[in-house]
Amino acid sequence: MALLLKNARCVDPSVGLDAVVDVLLRDGVIVELGCDLTVSKGETVDLVGKVLVPGLVDMHVHLREPGQEYKEDMQSGGRAAAKGGFTGVLAMPNTKPVVDTGARVSFLLEKAREVTRTRVYASGALSHGLGGEALSEMGDMIAAGALAFTDDGRGVQDDGMMRRAMDYAKMFKVPVLSHCQRESLVGAGVVNEGLVSTRLGLAGWPAAGEEVQIARDIALSELTGCALHIQHISTAGGVELLRRAKAAGLPVTAEVTPHHLFLSEDDLDETYNSNLKMNPPLRTKADCAALTAALIDGTIDCIATDHAPHAAHEKALEFELAPFGTTGLETALGLVLTHLVATGTLSWQTLVERMAHAARRILRIEPVRLQAGSIADLTVIDPEFNWMVTADGFVSKAKNSAFIGRELKGRASHVYVGGYASLDNGVVVV
Amino acid sequence: MGALSCEHVLNIQDLSNADIMLVLDTARSFKEVNERTIKKLPTLRGRTVVNLFLEPSTRTRTSFEIAAKRLSADGINMSPSTSATVKGESLVDTAQTLDAMDCDLVIIRHRYAGSPYVLTQNMRAHIINGGDGKHQHPTQALLDLFTIREKFGRFEGLEVGIVGDIAHSRVCGSLAPALTALGARVTVVAPPTLLPACPEALGADVSFELDPVLEKLDVVYMLRIQQERIEQSPLPTLREYARLYGIGTDRLARLKEEAIIMHPGPVNRGVELSSEAVDTARNLLLYQVNAGVAVRMALMYLLLGGDKDGLAA
Amino acid sequence: MLQTKSVVLDAQAIDRALIRITHEILETNKGAQDIALVGIVTRGDLLAADLAQRIKEIEGVAVPVGSLDISFYRDDVATHFSPELHTTTIPFSIEGKTIILVDDVLYTGRTIRAALDALMDFGRPSAIQLAVLVDRGHRELPIRADYVGKNVPSSKQEHVRFLLEPVDGRTSVEILQAAPGERIGSAPLGGES
Repeated sequence: MALLLKNARCVDPSVGLDAVVDVLLRDGVIVELGCDLTVSKGETVDLVGKVLVPGLVDMHVHLREPGQEYKEDMQSGGRAAAKGGFTGVLAMPNTKPVVDTGARVSFLLEKAREVTRTRVYASGALSHGLGGEALSEMGDMIAAGALAFTDDGRGVQDDGMMRRAMDYAKMFKVPVLSHCQRESLVGAGVVNEGLVSTRLGLAGWPAAGEEVQIARDIALSELTGCALHIQHISTAGGVELLRRAKAAGLPVTAEVTPHHLFLSEDDLDETYNSNLKMNPPLRTKADCAALTAALIDGTIDCIATDHAPHAAHEKALEFELAPFGTTGLETALGLVLTHLVATGTLSWQTLVERMAHAARRILRIEPVRLQAGSIADLTVIDPEFNWMVTADGFVSKAKNSAFIGRELKGRASHVYVGGYASLDNGVVVV
Repeated sequence: MGALSCEHVLNIQDLSNADIMLVLDTARSFKEVNERTIKKLPTLRGRTVVNLFLEPSTRTRTSFEIAAKRLSADGINMSPSTSATVKGESLVDTAQTLDAMDCDLVIIRHRYAGSPYVLTQNMRAHIINGGDGKHQHPTQALLDLFTIREKFGRFEGLEVGIVGDIAHSRVCGSLAPALTALGARVTVVAPPTLLPACPEALGADVSFELDPVLEKLDVVYMLRIQQERIEQSPLPTLREYARLYGIGTDRLARLKEEAIIMHPGPVNRGVELSSEAVDTARNLLLYQVNAGVAVRMALMYLLLGGDKDGLAA
Repeated sequence: MLQTKSVVLDAQAIDRALIRITHEILETNKGAQDIALVGIVTRGDLLAADLAQRIKEIEGVAVPVGSLDISFYRDDVATHFSPELHTTTIPFSIEGKTIILVDDVLYTGRTIRAALDALMDFGRPSAIQLAVLVDRGHRELPIRADYVGKNVPSSKQEHVRFLLEPVDGRTSVEILQAAPGERIGSAPLGGES
C-alpha cells in the first residue's frame, strides 16, 4: 500500500533538507522523495502549507499502566501522543507494580502493540522497586527490550548505590536517566524556594536540591563512563553544570520540559492552582531564559514533556497534598511552535533536532530521516492552526494541564507511524 | 454585598486599608458589648457559622466560637475527631457537604496553605481563614492591629519587630504585610535558619540579631518557638535561642518607655519570654486575646450583615 | 432627591412640645428621682440631652443620660445593613431605674422593639417609658409612646424627618417626599422616619 504525501515543506537537518518535496511511502518506509511524484495505486494526501518532519519522540511520559489506569492507560496515552504529533514515547517505569523485571517490560511492550499505533518504548527501573537500594534486573529488562533505566519520580539518594547502578548499566550500553532531587535538601518542598514559597507559605524546593544531584551524577558519569541523561532540568545552575560536563567531553545529555520553559514560579498565585505543582518546581523567569538559551545552543539536547496525567479528584486536593505534574503530550508542540518557532527564537531545523532526532540518538533508537529507506515515522505540522488549550479538548484521560486557557498557533495535523496514520487531519485514528 | 470590599477573608491583602479600619472601628463597638454583663447581641440570629478546624486549635477556635455565640449565630464546631476528613473525605467533598447544609459562614483552620481558597470554589458561604499552614492568619493580624491601634492611636511611623520563627509563621505572614501597608516599619528578627527564603516578600527589613534593633522598637512582637520545629534542628538548643532572642530582665530594661510586648500565645515561659516579661504591664498578650473576640465579631458582622439571602452570592 | 412637602413643627413648636413632655415626665414619675434618659442614635440622643437639660432647669437634678445604637439589634440586618456604627454609651447602671427611652419619630415600632432588646441587655430597669417628638402612625408592632410631641398623620410614601440646628442648619420636623418617579431608598440606621 502506497501513500503519497504531496506539497509539504519537508524539514530534516540530518540530511540537510528544507524544501517543498513530495514523499512516497510504501510498506512502512520512505521509498522516494522528489518533485511532482505521482502514484498509480494508493492514496495521495495534499499537505500544501504544512511542514513534514521526522516523527517526534517524547522520551519522558507516564502512561500509568499497569496500576493507575484511572489516570491514563497505554491506549489513551498513545492517542494523546498521536494528537500531540508524537510517533513514539518512552514510558517511565514508576507504574504499579514498578517495571523492574523483563516480564514487566514484555507486558508493557506487548500491551502497547495491541492497543495503540504510537510506538511505546520501555524504560526500566534503575533500582529494585524504585527503592534506591538494590540493583534491578537490568539484563533481564534489556533482553525484553528496555532502552534505558531510571528511578524517575525519585532521585537515587545514596551515592554508592548510584555509582553501582551506573557501573552496571554501562555494560548494556544504555543511558541512565536521572531524576535529580536531593531529598535532604528538598524535604517537603512543593514550589521553588524563594519569593513565591515565602509569599504563599509553601515549603521551598531549592535549586541546590537539584544541582547538587546533577553535579554528583556528572561526577559519577565521569567515574563510571556510563551515559547519563539529566531529566527535566530546571535551573540555570544545572545548565551551567551540564555545559561544563559537555565541554569536558562526558557522555551527558539532558532534556527540558515545556512547562519549565514556558511557565515560571510567577504564575503561582493565591489560587494555589495545583496544575502548576511540578517536580522539579517551576523556577524563576531567569531560569526559563537560561533553559531557552541552552535549548537553542544545544546544551540541552531535547524537549520531553514529563506527561504526568492525574485524575481530577487528585489535583483538586490542597496544593500541598495534590500530586506533582502536568500533562504535556498534547500541548508541547503547540507551545514550542508558538513561543519559540513563530517568534524566530528556534529554527525549524533545531525543532526537528530537539524533538525528533535527539531522543532517538540518546535512546539508541534507529534514526528516522527524510530519505529513501528510512522508517516512515513522520509528523506533519500545520503551523497556522490557531487553537486554545481547554480541559475539554484533551484526548488524554487527564485534564491536569498547566496550560489551560493558553492560545496557541500551530499543531500536528497528521502523524504516520510505520507508514500508517495515527493522526489524520487533526483527528486521532487509532 | 456587605460592607467590606471582599466576600471572603483569606489573606490579609484581601482587605484594603479602609476595610481594615472599618473592621477595627466596628470591633471597638463590639469590645464595648463584651464589657457588658450580658455579652450577647441578636444580630446574626438564624445564621449558621461553622468552625471547620482541621488542625487542633483551642485558642482561635474558642475565640471564633465565642464571637459567633455573642452574635446569636448558630455555631457548629467541626474538629479532626468529628470531621469526615479522618475518614478520607477530601476538602472539596467536605465543602460541598457543608454547602448542601446552607451554612452562611465557614471559618477554616487547616495545616495546608491555600485550603480556604478551595472552600470558596466549592461553596456559597463566606469564608474566613482561621490559619492555613505556614501561609496566613488574617484574624490574628487584625486583632494585633486592633491592639496596636488602641495603644498608639496610629500605625504610621511605628517600629515593629517580629521576633522568632518567621519561616513557619502564618501570623507573621499576615501581620507584616498589613503593618507595612498601614505605614509601620517592620523588622523581622531571626537566625537565618528560621527565616523564609525571601523575607523581603513580607515587606520587612531583616535582622539576624535582636540587640541592635531592640531599642528603636515600639512593638516587640514575639513569636512562639515550637518544640516540634526544634526537632528539625534549626537551633542548637532552646537555651541558646533564649539567650540570643528571648526577652528577659536585661532586655526588658532596655525597651523604649512606651514600648509594648505582644505574643500570639501560647507562651513558652523562659524561652521567648521570661516570666517577668510575660507578667509585665507592657505585655499585652491578654489584651490581644480579649480583642480577638471583638475583631472576629466585627468580621462576622461585616461579612454577613447586608447579606440579604442569607447565603453569599 | 427628597423634597420638603410641609413643615409640621417649627423650632418654636418643638420647643413648646419639649417643655410639655418634660413636665409630663416629671409629673408621671413624681419628680426626677431614679429617672434616666436613653436616646436612640442619631437624633434621639440629642433630644435626650435636651430633655435632661430642661429637667435640670426645672428640678435642679442632673439625670443620667445615655445613648443607644440599635444597629446590632435590628431585625433587618440583611436588608438595612449599614456598616456605620455609632457608639452606645450608657455610663450608669440601669438596674432598678425608670428609663425614658427617647427617639425623634415613632413609626413602625421596630426601632423601639430593637431598643428594648438592647436596653434589656444592660440590665433590668424597673420601668421603661417612651418619649417621641412625633408619632406618625403605621405601627407594625404593639408599641405605644408615653409622651408624644405631636401626632402627624402621614402616608407610607412620605418621610418624616426631625432636623436639628447644629446638624442640619435648622430645627424643624418636616414631611419629605421623593420626587415623582423616584424610589425611596432604605432608611438610614437608627432613623425610622
